[in-house]
Amino acid sequence: MKIIIAGDGKVGNMLTNQLSAEGHDITLVDSNPEVLEASIENYDVMTVQGNCASMAVLSQAGIQETDLLIAATSADEVNLLCCMTAHGMKQGIHTIARIRNPEYSDQIYKMRDTFALSLVVNPEKQAAVEIERLLKFPGFLHREAFVGGRVEIAEIRLDASNKLCNVPLTRLDSIVKCRVLVCAVLRNGSVVTPDGNFVLKAGDRVFVTAPTNNLAILLNNTGIITKKVKNVMICGGSKIGFYLAQRLQKSGMSVKIIEQRKERCIQLASLLPNVTVIQGDASSQALLYSEKIEEMDALVTLTGLDEMNMIIAMYGKKCGVSQIITKVGRRRNGNLLDELELGSVVCPKELCCNNIVRYVRAMENQTGAAITVHTIADGKAEAMEFRVNEKAIHCNEPLKALRIRKNVLIACITHGGQIEIPNGNSCFTPGDSVVVVTSSDRVLYQLDDIFE
Amino acid sequence: MNYKMMGRFVAQILGIECVFMIPALVISIFCEERAAIKGFALSILIIALLGGVLYVICRKGKKRFYARDGMVCVGISWIVLSLMGALPFYISREIPAYIDSFFEIVSGFTTTGASVLPEVEHLSKGILYWRSFSHWIGGMGVLVFLLAISSMKGSKGGYTMHLLRAESPGPNVGKLVPKMKQTAEILYVLYILLTVLDCLFLLAGGMPLFDAVCTAFGTAGTGGFGIKNDSIAGYSIYIQNVCTIFMLLFGVNFSCYYLILMKQFRAVLKDEELRVYIGIVVGSTVLITLNLHGFYDTLGETVRHAAFQVASIVTTTGFATTDFDLWPSFSKAILLCLMVIGASAGSTGGGFKCGRALLLFKNMRRNLKKALHPRRVEVVYNNGQKMEENVLTNIDTYLAAYVMILIVSFLVISLDGFSITTNFSAVLSCFNNIGPGLEVVGPTCNYGGYGVLSKLILIFDMLAGRLEIFPILILLTRSTWKKG
Repeated sequence: MKIIIAGDGKVGNMLTNQLSAEGHDITLVDSNPEVLEASIENYDVMTVQGNCASMAVLSQAGIQETDLLIAATSADEVNLLCCMTAHGMKQGIHTIARIRNPEYSDQIYKMRDTFALSLVVNPEKQAAVEIERLLKFPGFLHREAFVGGRVEIAEIRLDASNKLCNVPLTRLDSIVKCRVLVCAVLRNGSVVTPDGNFVLKAGDRVFVTAPTNNLAILLNNTGIITKKVKNVMICGGSKIGFYLAQRLQKSGMSVKIIEQRKERCIQLASLLPNVTVIQGDASSQALLYSEKIEEMDALVTLTGLDEMNMIIAMYGKKCGVSQIITKVGRRRNGNLLDELELGSVVCPKELCCNNIVRYVRAMENQTGAAITVHTIADGKAEAMEFRVNEKAIHCNEPLKALRIRKNVLIACITHGGQIEIPNGNSCFTPGDSVVVVTSSDRVLYQLDDIFE
Repeated sequence: MNYKMMGRFVAQILGIECVFMIPALVISIFCEERAAIKGFALSILIIALLGGVLYVICRKGKKRFYARDGMVCVGISWIVLSLMGALPFYISREIPAYIDSFFEIVSGFTTTGASVLPEVEHLSKGILYWRSFSHWIGGMGVLVFLLAISSMKGSKGGYTMHLLRAESPGPNVGKLVPKMKQTAEILYVLYILLTVLDCLFLLAGGMPLFDAVCTAFGTAGTGGFGIKNDSIAGYSIYIQNVCTIFMLLFGVNFSCYYLILMKQFRAVLKDEELRVYIGIVVGSTVLITLNLHGFYDTLGETVRHAAFQVASIVTTTGFATTDFDLWPSFSKAILLCLMVIGASAGSTGGGFKCGRALLLFKNMRRNLKKALHPRRVEVVYNNGQKMEENVLTNIDTYLAAYVMILIVSFLVISLDGFSITTNFSAVLSCFNNIGPGLEVVGPTCNYGGYGVLSKLILIFDMLAGRLEIFPILILLTRSTWKKG
């Protein structure tokens, strides 16, 4: 597919990396020649220098042959104008715009329809939604939704005290007392697709597939903290902080925001009257202590500096805060973070990028390609959702009779409204949704690829 | 320096060379030329063996390229390619000295067309074919060929840009389409199409098949090895004119042809470099025609010879229909100037390149204005696009390196005692990948008279000229080979 990416910033770069590896023809447009130069040396792409909303630049980038335009410059207005110009120049082009100004966030769907955008992404809002989801179920490091949010893959880190340690997976059901499936285990930095005899150990990061309403049971029965989060401290009153506080407050949590800039504090206080806004330096331990950090159920670090976020998170951990969520700008030092065991890590740019990649894959999917794709286990495994169509092979055959490729696992089958965690006797029929987990080095284009 | 990766790369290049040698072997077998068969068969064996061993040793190297690796890879690949490509000449004993064989094949791959042989007509068909075919390989570039055929799946593939930049001529190399593989494929498809077209036109003029194929290769690569002692002079007027036109066509930036295929005619007509190129060709032809008044019998003949020689020199091909060494000084001086300017960027021709000269001129004009108004700010445009300062600085650096190599080479080869005109034109001719020079190295003569040292210097010049100096110069820099 031919794609134009306007704006070669962090998101543009992440998208280029992912989409060029998937074999798309990418043309990058940016006004800064230096970042373009870096991109052309790192990826197999073409670049055009200039203002992406200008017709001449777009036509030079080959808008006439392009299927999709992704506008991810730093300015919302430019992104919108760029998409509108593209529509004017080519009929039927798909457009994705990044809109991040909170002032537009209420009208985002209206804008999408008015300007015929295919997708509008707001990384900050998305991150807030993600963090809220995590806070609702403390104990999970990540949650990925499938089948319209009815099935999830959740990540747990096993501490030495966890009941699941030294338990073979065949006995898992008797402990958690509900139907779940371990679809991947991250141990010592490498990912394993386990079988029934696999024994879990302390320090493993376990990825579990379960219907969303079973998640609470799972947490209860494994002895992972179940205390509901009531008090949340947010360090940094950025856009994400605003969205998050707004949402948490709606669901009845008590929220405290620490923000350095005075004007921003006033702004936040006027927008969020029920939230406690503290003006001060969040990296100062004295301030955190005086705001009773040890009494908090959750700490979310959202300042603009990754280093600062990590340090605050470490301090929070030392003070005994049970649920910690750290925001990072880029994943470059992902492994390092993992070793610190700080809890969940959220990267808004990555969430936004994944969202767009998912759209691109869905666009391609006239042939039964994955409709949702999530990267799990630090990018070492992928979970994909396929819709079974009439032409799929091995329909109505029990799974135990099929030869499925190594490192591929069927994690969930949904027949109509009924969610099934599969065993050997399960089978799928046309119309079902199937969630498949596989290691990232194997590319699955359609459901039939999982068979040998 | 990532030696294993480079080794694997060179091994792949050797593999391609092996395959490219097979048609020459087939021709030798077909013509029952004992010595040539032995030469090609043994060479293929040696190259395959060497490439195979190298590949096995280096197969596990990393895949990531950096700018330095790209340049060094290109430089080394071309040297190894030439060292191996010389084997058939040497083993078949058709060129007895290895240094002469090496000179001949470097001259072939770099599309120079300078020969050390006084008598080409004595060579066997297979060897003649290999000589001409080397022009064709070198014209578009063997690495671009590798990029076109190999799949870069799995790796991000951005590094290939370093290779394209190092091998393709021009100050501002870019891709035609987002994917490198497709870009390389498009370039080669255009190249093959034009070559076939040239060949068909030559055949239509009654040229024997073998001659037509070899001449087409020489024209396409803008090389200039003839298969006759008198180059193209012995062929009909029609054939000479076909050659003139196709030489000029191969001197045009290939992205213009891509634009024509994309039906963007206006962009082609507006291309500043193309206009300069056409202007230079027409202007020089007119001036030489005027200067040659009375030299030939008719005006038509004068124009034909003038146009042919201008096309041959400006595209750095080096075919000849007449001994231009006998022309008056002014005409010879024009030809010398054309040698320096060369063809368009992104073509198969060599030289300084019209595009580069144009930018150099624009930059000079700007800096002159700046001398009058020291605080004046002005941006250099090319084809309506703003040129980055670093591109302009690079051209200045290129010019400096160009002049320095020219001077040093001229000094060294002067040791052999030929006249100043001979030596100067020899260096100009080799460095700009043309072939014939003036006087002793004129169109009817050859480079056989130079000593070993001079030949090595000229070989260096040819390689430096074809790869646009830096990939070769960088091999001689100490910091390239230092760790870290």
